[in-house]
Formats: sequence, structure tokens, C-alpha cells
Amino acid sequence: MSTASTVAQQLRDFIVENFLYGQERAFKDDDSFLGEGIVDSTGVLQLVSHLEETYEITVEDEDLTPENMDSINSVTAYLSRKMNSVAGVVALDPASVPGVKA
Amino acid sequence: MSSSSSVSPDILQLDAQQESERIVARIRELVFSELKRKGAVVGVSGGIDSTVVAYLCARALGKERVVALFTPEADSSPDSLRLGRIVADALGVRSFVEDISPILKGARCYERRDAAIRTIVAEYGDGYKCKIVLPNLVEADRYAIFSIVVQSPTGATKKVRLSLDAYLGIVAATNCKQRARKLIEYYYADLYQYAVAGTPNRLEYDQGFFVKNGDGAADFKPVAHLYKTQIYQLAAYLGVPEEIQRRPSTTDTYSLEQSQEEFYFAIPLAKMDICLYGKNNDIPAAELAPAVGMDETKVQRVYAMIESKRAVARYLRSAPLLVEAVQGIQ
Repeated sequence: MSTASTVAQQLRDFIVENFLYGQERAFKDDDSFLGEGIVDSTGVLQLVSHLEETYEITVEDEDLTPENMDSINSVTAYLSRKMNSVAGVVALDPASVPGVKA
Repeated sequence: MSSSSSVSPDILQLDAQQESERIVARIRELVFSELKRKGAVVGVSGGIDSTVVAYLCARALGKERVVALFTPEADSSPDSLRLGRIVADALGVRSFVEDISPILKGARCYERRDAAIRTIVAEYGDGYKCKIVLPNLVEADRYAIFSIVVQSPTGATKKVRLSLDAYLGIVAATNCKQRARKLIEYYYADLYQYAVAGTPNRLEYDQGFFVKNGDGAADFKPVAHLYKTQIYQLAAYLGVPEEIQRRPSTTDTYSLEQSQEEFYFAIPLAKMDICLYGKNNDIPAAELAPAVGMDETKVQRVYAMIESKRAVARYLRSAPLLVEAVQGIQ
């Protein structure tokens, strides 16, 4: 499993646990959270808190856009960009991220 | 789908006399025939909506069958009580002042709110003021995520994005205000065998701009079908005092002055009205755009915002759900 797909799975687990209350329902990695009614704006706030705590990043106000937060794929890509810019790492590697198990 | 290629900005113009008479007749039916109550309690905030409801109730039921209730608390603008008294005096209805601050202190509303604020603004304390605000949701694709603006006793202001826990803590605590008001409204409703009038306009009712079991609770809501623009038209027809007609819409919930635009609706209410009308009537964003002076992309963002808030409002409007229908109860 690639590191990006590991993070995608972690995000999926978080979404299912917190917004679908453990009831796994079919949604694709590029499905819109808002469009599919999975996450509302308060849910986005919860997602942001989760990202900041789990991946030890700071999500800036200007990053709070659907482009960054509205699907498994967009959040994974955002995390990759964010952590690469912060840690200077070349690829998303959960083993190198504090608080994230590979 | 609208067949017209452009939308008039006057689309929400109504016959204020005819609409007032229709509502007045309906209030009589609702209160006397359906609810079987002897009159109405109206919480009058000094704002345009509650004032119009008070005027309509006085016309429908008679001034002797209306109670105007003023429920100030520690963060209320003094204007609210002053304007409320002007309304009651103009109508000649009975009125009562009930300061709900002691109830809120007893429920630790202020204490809980301030503790939530201190989780993100550690210095927040005595003499500070605050409000929560949204980013501009129309200029760019953004989420409706609140920030808090705090003002120190020296007047210095600071804006901080709310964490989830701070947001939920502040909202849960301040919602006690609307619920305490409703508690007192129902005291007077029980005392006089009256019904409680709700005062939401259509924007508020549709978009969930109310507190569940707070200002969302009422026995009848006589202007919930009217756009805000139309409430102003009725106010002018009914002879509501000019100062109330000119007063900007405010939440009067936080200690810093807070407009409804910055708290909830993101754009001026007159434009929000037309966008909601456009959404309700399946008018394409490009067609509606000239009527609100915005480009198509921005109208599309407002349409999306309306849909998103509607989804959240479903819970707020929902009556208690049952596992199955209860026999004998309609």
C-alpha cells in the first residue's frame, strides 16, 4: 500500500467514524463531502481539528476551501502539499509524521 | 423554470394592505379557532420582524388581547428595550420587562461562554466584549467557519478562528438566551391563556436562523412566509415607527454589535431575499445576477449556501420523532 493510500484510508476511517457513525456507506475518494451530504460546515471544523492534531500542521484560514477539504482525494493532496512544504520531505510518508503510524 | 430572461429587482413587491388583511384574518383563525387561546404573547425586540408581528396581532386580536414582552440581558443593546417600549406605547398593549440575566447567570451561560472563549483567547475576561463572524462566503469558495472578534477594555480588537470545541461551547452557552426568553414568554402564555407568536421572517425560517426550542419555538408564526423585504413593506403600511424601520438588523446576542450579514447570511438581506426567491423559483444564476448586482459565479455560491443551510435547518425544524404513529393522536 502506498503512503498516500494509507493516509486516504485513515481519512476514510475518520469520516466513517465521525460523520457516518460507523455505518460504512459507499462513497468514492473524489466524492464531494458537502455535495453528498457527508460533512457540513461544522463537520469541516471537526475535520480541520483532526488534521491539525493528527498531522501536527496548522491549517491557515486561506486553506479552508473546498479545493482542499471537500473529498478524500483533495484532503490527501492538501496534506501532501502541506507536509512537504513544512517538513521539506519529498513524498508523503506517514512514518515521518508525528502521531501517525505507518 | 422561469421563462423570463431577466428578473426585476421589484419581484418581491406586494400589496401590503391586502397581505396585512389576509394575515390578520388568519391570526384570528389560528389563535381563537385552532389554538383556542384568548390572545397572544409577542416577544418584542425592537427589531422590524417582532414589531410587525406585534402590530398584526394587535389588529387581529385587539390591543387588550396582546402582551408585549421585553427580555433584556447583560449583553443586550439598550436600544432594544427603548424601541420595544415605543412599540407597546404606540399600540396601547400591555407590556412587561423581564430581565433574564439572573436566569442566565443561574444557568452559568456567561461563565460557560467565557470559558469556551478562553480556550482560544486566554486573556478574555471582565470588561471584554465579543461577537462571532463568518468570512465572506460570496467572494470566494470558502466554508462557513466562524471566527471570534474580541475587544479588550482598552478597545483593542483581535480576530481568531474558532476551534470546534470553542465554537460549540460558545453557541451552546449563548443559545441559553433564546431559550430563557421562551421560558418567560410561556410563563405569560400560561398566565393569560394566550398563544406565543413566533417572529421569524422567511429567510430565518428557511435558513435555520433560530435556536431550536428557543426563538424557534412558538404556537404560530404569522410572517414566516414573508421575505425580509416584504416585512419592511408591511411595516411601512402598518405605520411602524420610522426609527424601527431604519434600524439595521442585528442579532442582539453578543456584546459587540453584530449584523445578521456577518453572523449568518453573508450578503445584504435585500439581496439574500432575491437569491432565495430565485432559488425557490428555479431561476438560473445568470438570469438572477443583474437583479442583485452580482456576477453569475457569486449567485451560484449563494444558491449553494442556501442549500447547505437548508440541510442543517432540517434538524432545527424537526418535531420530536416517533418510532411509530401513536393511535388516537393526529
